Amino acid sequence: MKYEAISVSDLNKYIKEKVAGDEYLNNVLVKGEISNFKNHYTGHLYFTLKDDNSLIKCIMFKSYTGNLKFTPKDGMKVMVFGTVSVFERDGVYQIYCKAMQEEGMGSLYKAYEELKLKLEKEGLFDSKYKKKIPFMPKTIGVLTSQTGSVIKDIINVSTRRNPNVYIRLFPVPVQGEGASIKIAEAIKYMNEKKLADVLILARGGGSLEDLWPFNEEIVARAIYESKIPIISAVGHETDFTIADFVADLRAPTPSAAAELAVSDIEEIKLKLHNYNNRLKLALKKKVELMRMKYEKCMASRAFKEPLQRVNEQYIRVDMLVKSLENSIVNKYKDRKNELLTLVAKLDSLSPLKTLTRGYCIANKEGKTIKSVKDVELNEEIELRFIDGNKKAKVLD
Amino acid sequence: MEKEANFEDTIKQLEIIANELEKGDLNLDESVSKFEEGMKLSKKCSQILENAEKRISILIKKEDEVTEEDFNVE
Repeated sequence: MKYEAISVSDLNKYIKEKVAGDEYLNNVLVKGEISNFKNHYTGHLYFTLKDDNSLIKCIMFKSYTGNLKFTPKDGMKVMVFGTVSVFERDGVYQIYCKAMQEEGMGSLYKAYEELKLKLEKEGLFDSKYKKKIPFMPKTIGVLTSQTGSVIKDIINVSTRRNPNVYIRLFPVPVQGEGASIKIAEAIKYMNEKKLADVLILARGGGSLEDLWPFNEEIVARAIYESKIPIISAVGHETDFTIADFVADLRAPTPSAAAELAVSDIEEIKLKLHNYNNRLKLALKKKVELMRMKYEKCMASRAFKEPLQRVNEQYIRVDMLVKSLENSIVNKYKDRKNELLTLVAKLDSLSPLKTLTRGYCIANKEGKTIKSVKDVELNEEIELRFIDGNKKAKVLD
Repeated sequence: MEKEANFEDTIKQLEIIANELEKGDLNLDESVSKFEEGMKLSKKCSQILENAEKRISILIKKEDEVTEEDFNVE
């Protein structure tokens, strides 16, 4: 058997055709971890996909990158769909990717949709359960990671708006296994001990997997049951977690959550100042109005010549007094005449008058004797004459 | 949290009093007493603002005990 040498190009061409003829290799779905990721200036993406034992080169042309729902990065676990083909020049085979998604995202997304629907049906997102965020909370509870920019942003914004603010940080893990339980426990603990007037539940941006604790039922229920109003600020503005739907208020970012929780003290001071001014102005207006009324009154005739009316009254009083005097004098005169008549009448009836004519009155023990039966023999009686009394004895 | 001096309610009352006083149909005595009441409320608000506790703390959980310590952002 005699071998005839072929060129490298021919070989690679042959392999390329072999591979292209394989139906299975034309449509592959492969999962692995991204490494050596390069975003070329042309817009094409170059990377390798690997697992523990092996790797394969991948390319995604710019025309397909527009459909990506995430930004691929080294270390990310993904699924790619595409065609395996040979690059003749380099003699390498690689995956020409048409689509790529984060691995696990499909099932996570399904779980998210299912839970969202379930809780929505139960009414956990109902606006009637949304509690009002207090206007001036004394204490602001923050549930987030102790490290990182989120807590820093919240503290910065809060203290800028109100330097006297009281912030209580309850550090919780915001991603990974068990984070949801810790978050739910923290919400319950803050409620039990009444450690805050409002709670901020916050986390920075991340993949759907990173944000997952905030999509878990245990967190949703803890938020729903919280007596303390909760502001959620999870992920970027475009990320909506279940926690965001249940929370009493959703903030697009942690900084925005701080703005919603903490009132701007300068604004409030200004408001108070305005109230003070309004009160002062209103009272001043009232007093001014009263002064005007008073001045109008004082300008009237009665107040201008106050004595005139008094003098008029004096004259009236004088007249009344005079007529009173007159009537008294008249009455007195009448009485006097009446009396004189009576005295004359009395005088004519007086027994004394009879005595002057020579009669006398016989008395016994101070009583006038009117009958012979009133005296007995030898009894002493008294006789009253006009000019005195004499004792006498009854002889017969 | 204790309810003794609720800022929100106090400022709402202040708003009501300001409106009443501005309407002007109260007599002078009533106006003066409303004014005094309003100024008192305003002072109360300022006091709440000034007396607010300033603190940034962290709750630290050790086993079943939770302690509160000052938190310093580096």
